[in-house]
Amino acid sequence: MKVVLEHLTKQYPNRNKKIGGTVTAVGDFNFEIPDGKLIGLLGPSGCGKSTTLNLISGLAKPTSGKIWFGETDVTDLPPENRGIGLVFQNYALYPHLTVRQNIMFPLENLKGKDKMSRQEMEEKVVETAKLVQIDQLLDRKPAEMSGGQQQRVAIARALVKVPRVLLLDEPLSNLDARLRLQTREEIRRIQRETGVTTIFVTHDQDEAMSISDLIVVMESGYVQQIGKPQEVYDDPVNIFVAKFLGTPAINVFNGRVENETLLIGSEKVLSVPGIPDQAVDVGIRPEGFVLDENGPFTVQLKMVEVMGRDISIVSSHEESQNVQIRSIVSAEGAASVSGKEVKFSLKPAKVLIFGKEDGKRLRFKHKVREQDG
Amino acid sequence: MDKKSMKGWLYLLPAIFFLGVFMVYPLIDVFVYSVEEGYNSASQTFYGYGPYNFSYVLHDPYFLQAIRNTFILVVITVPLSTGIALLISMGLMSIEKFRDLYQTVFFLPYVTNTLAIGLVFMILFKKTAYSDGFVNLLIGRFGLGPVDFIDGPYWAKMFVLCFYTVWIVLPFKILILTSALASVNQELYSAARVDGTGKLRIFTRITLPMISPSIFYLVITGFIGAFKAYSDVVALFGTDLNAAGMNTIVGYVYDMLYGDSGGYPSYASAAALILFAIVLTITCINMLVRRKHVYI
Repeated sequence: MKVVLEHLTKQYPNRNKKIGGTVTAVGDFNFEIPDGKLIGLLGPSGCGKSTTLNLISGLAKPTSGKIWFGETDVTDLPPENRGIGLVFQNYALYPHLTVRQNIMFPLENLKGKDKMSRQEMEEKVVETAKLVQIDQLLDRKPAEMSGGQQQRVAIARALVKVPRVLLLDEPLSNLDARLRLQTREEIRRIQRETGVTTIFVTHDQDEAMSISDLIVVMESGYVQQIGKPQEVYDDPVNIFVAKFLGTPAINVFNGRVENETLLIGSEKVLSVPGIPDQAVDVGIRPEGFVLDENGPFTVQLKMVEVMGRDISIVSSHEESQNVQIRSIVSAEGAASVSGKEVKFSLKPAKVLIFGKEDGKRLRFKHKVREQDG
Repeated sequence: MDKKSMKGWLYLLPAIFFLGVFMVYPLIDVFVYSVEEGYNSASQTFYGYGPYNFSYVLHDPYFLQAIRNTFILVVITVPLSTGIALLISMGLMSIEKFRDLYQTVFFLPYVTNTLAIGLVFMILFKKTAYSDGFVNLLIGRFGLGPVDFIDGPYWAKMFVLCFYTVWIVLPFKILILTSALASVNQELYSAARVDGTGKLRIFTRITLPMISPSIFYLVITGFIGAFKAYSDVVALFGTDLNAAGMNTIVGYVYDMLYGDSGGYPSYASAAALILFAIVLTITCINMLVRRKHVYI
């Protein structure tokens, strides 16, 4: 089932009565979610991603705009008639019911021609429980299970009615780091097996990047960029997206462009054909640095962290907007890193230039193969 | 005993002292009185020990009347007041405007003096030479004859007593239930809505189980409170409850001690112990029910 969001907007009256007016939680959201894909809604706290999810689920009503499931306009439909499965951040399992009763709960609500016999329900519950691998735990109560197991029960409960769209609100935020890795693979697997269009909300970019078919990066209620995870990472449209994606985070410097050459401090670090002269923010991905004795870019060395395959060089630069610069280079060059200064040359594809005023990306032409090698 | 637990006992001493003097000793004394046959409070003498006092009390028509009244009161008011309180609390939770106002209004009876309320009920129900009372005027509109609720037939008096008891215990129950309802995880309701759960089913399958500990607490305290009813009855029907046929068990105990027929601490003690046995039994039954039906 494809999901189409058309100029979707949600505004709340301002809590502070003195200021008045409205607060825009989601502004003019347009997106056509293709059928059967896993979509990650990504953004910092308060960016409107959970509100978007609530609008799609029907728990919140949009101020304006429309939502389509396939060819059906569901904007005014209550949640129960939308055919969605929703997994809450805190799971919202019914604590007084066993796992079996929890998963069966949505089935017992079915009326009319959808009504199932007890036998059918039992079978359906066991089938769904097997899918999320909790069929051994059907007679436990939620309190007797670990967070990861509760999470699976919540997913099973959302899936048992075979929803047209599955919505997950911060599905992994209550799990510990190891379980998080495991569960996100699990969500991917379940989504692939069922083929149900799935939208999940997260503030963790690793999570979104690793399992989504498409990610939507949001900030302050507005969509910043939509695309495949790798594309958004490689080609962010503005400095917010660039900063938000990637660990370690991108290094940002104050720079300027003069005669199609990028300067950081007094050093001419890169030729940037096509960008007019101006002051800019320069983002350089940690993997964009190449150790080069004759390189144009000089930084003050602070320390070297050995990570096995790679080494991480921590340094500083007076034009850097971050306290420290982190660059990741192949361990082979590690021997040459010593003294007070390190010289780098830069991979043009990993250098992202943004307008100082609006933060928008300024693209320049570069020959990928020759210079990237 | 090591030094630490000595210290602990020292801190507990005042409480233990007062509990011992004012709780434990009287309890033992009640038990002793209840088995002393033919006790004379003036001469402080008695014939011997035996179960006669219990036998006397259990054969006393006034006591049987008191037990009947008390049971009727308990059976009618506890479920009724809990049910009404639940309805009102649900109503309060579902409105936003004026919620605070209504909460205050519903809580007022709790902070009002029992005797003042008794007076108001007299005005509402009592038939005097000058007026039939407000309620009689009201039911007169439907062509129903005036009923003397205070000195009239038994059912009318019982109705007033039950009405009064329900009304007086409502505020506390509403207070407990609104806070119980407010503490239910709202996400459960969202989850139920998404799953297409009907309103009635949400109530029976989610709301009720989630607030069942509070309901249970109210039922137990309600039972105990209703079994101990006395001051409310006095406020409505005066002190000569036996004559009015509206005595309660506690009222009977009081009468045996200090009333017109007073001066019989042995009978009073026996009656008090019978009340204790009844309350204990009911509470034990409640506990068994709780184990089966209350979600913790």
